[in-house]
Amino acid sequence: MEISRHWRLRQQRYALVGEVCPHCDEKIFPPRDVCPNCSGEAKTPYVFSGKGEVYSYTTVYDAPAGYDGNAPYTVALVKLEEGPLVTAQLTDMDNGAVAIGTPVEMVTRKLREDGERGMLVYGYKFRPVLAAS
Amino acid sequence: MRNVYVSGVGLTPVGEHWQASLRELSYYAIEAVQKDAPNAPQPEALYVGNMLAGALSHQQHLGALVADFAGLRGIEAVTVEAAGASGGAALRQAYLAIASGLVESVLVVGVEKMTDKVGSGVTAASATAADSDWEAAQGATPAALAAMLMRRYMHAYNVELKHFANFSVNAHANAKTNPNAMFRNTITAEAFLKAGMVAEPVNMFDTAPDCDGAAALLLTAQPGPVRIIASALATDTLAVHDRPDPLEFAAVKRSAAKAFQMAGITPEQVNVLELFDAFTIFSVLSLEASGFAERGKGWELAQNGEITITGKTPLSTFGGLKARGNPGGATGLYQAGEIVLQLRGQAGKNQVPGARYGMCQSIGGAGATSVTHIFQSV
Repeated sequence: MEISRHWRLRQQRYALVGEVCPHCDEKIFPPRDVCPNCSGEAKTPYVFSGKGEVYSYTTVYDAPAGYDGNAPYTVALVKLEEGPLVTAQLTDMDNGAVAIGTPVEMVTRKLREDGERGMLVYGYKFRPVLAAS
Repeated sequence: MRNVYVSGVGLTPVGEHWQASLRELSYYAIEAVQKDAPNAPQPEALYVGNMLAGALSHQQHLGALVADFAGLRGIEAVTVEAAGASGGAALRQAYLAIASGLVESVLVVGVEKMTDKVGSGVTAASATAADSDWEAAQGATPAALAAMLMRRYMHAYNVELKHFANFSVNAHANAKTNPNAMFRNTITAEAFLKAGMVAEPVNMFDTAPDCDGAAALLLTAQPGPVRIIASALATDTLAVHDRPDPLEFAAVKRSAAKAFQMAGITPEQVNVLELFDAFTIFSVLSLEASGFAERGKGWELAQNGEITITGKTPLSTFGGLKARGNPGGATGLYQAGEIVLQLRGQAGKNQVPGARYGMCQSIGGAGATSVTHIFQSV
């Protein structure tokens, strides 16, 4: 079930907590302790807004074990407004009903389940921004 | 540092070998090398290229296993793993062993068995080549990552799906006369456009099959007809999303540049080229990153016959990953073996006339590792 593996990533998976580099102000997600921009030590937490846009996407028909119950689903590269790119599923929409550039926002959803009695893993997905009505 | 020669080649058929185990497959390849080079010195070391034996066969520790089963008990033996580049990376280690002067004869064997398990479990195992916590955990597969690169590329350069078709059509056309190829059927560009989707826009005629295979090379310091004149391996970020420019295969760029510098030649001088066509977008991005085409123009080489056996830049001359097959850690050794056959003039109906310089390049994951070798016929 790998409980500890998923538990230690909960701040990233549920709240998009990354880092900001104190040397060059680069926003980093996920946290990695060494700034990829300036190689300085970067351990200051930074909470991302969850807003971004679609950089690219695909509808997955051939899903891996643990995700096949969900297939077909859409996976995207999302460019967060603060700079980093993340890989995440798109949700609350028909598969493929987006374009490069569509504004999206983070939501928390179930990522996978390990069989009927296995752990449910939750994390971030993105949906097209819900307009205020 | 001394010169490194390829003294023996052993290729076996790629396919679904339900009757053969990992150890047996690796022995078939070793046997083939011994048949090719009966007077070569006994290997002092063995490098095994493999990526999925742990996940799909409950078997790690292939160095000891293969040495033992092949009658080479006691020699130095170890597995080298770099996802899809495992075979190429094993060849790199073998090259270093001979070049260093510390080892006289090295056997390098790539072996993979992907067909004991079927279905989504194999897809999940292949996804261990990607970033497990940040890509695979999100449901991304190798095909999904390639698809997102392909879509972004098509958007950036105004290229359509049909412009990728000839990479697969060419691969299949060449595989027809390769008895070791998994798929020897002809496909058309029209069929490519209609193929079912794996991860859109990557379709079933765009992606290499799951399969079993084993291939081996014997490297020595004994002068012979084919010499390895360049060997270089480089990495990029593991996750596609961590790259400043996802459409640049930086690991390919680094390993190719270093290889051309070592060899003292330019891309124009390469007579035959085995790229890592796990997906057609990988061929396009590799051609650009290796210096065979400018950014945004890699797809053009496939439009006017340039990549065929009689063209200026022959690709996938024995079928490539797409049609000869992509048996994981063995692929890099098939690529190298096919280049050696070309340079020896032993490629039969697939012969590129007068091939003197050959290059093979392997990729791990979605471009996170790349290893490039250049060979010269002496």
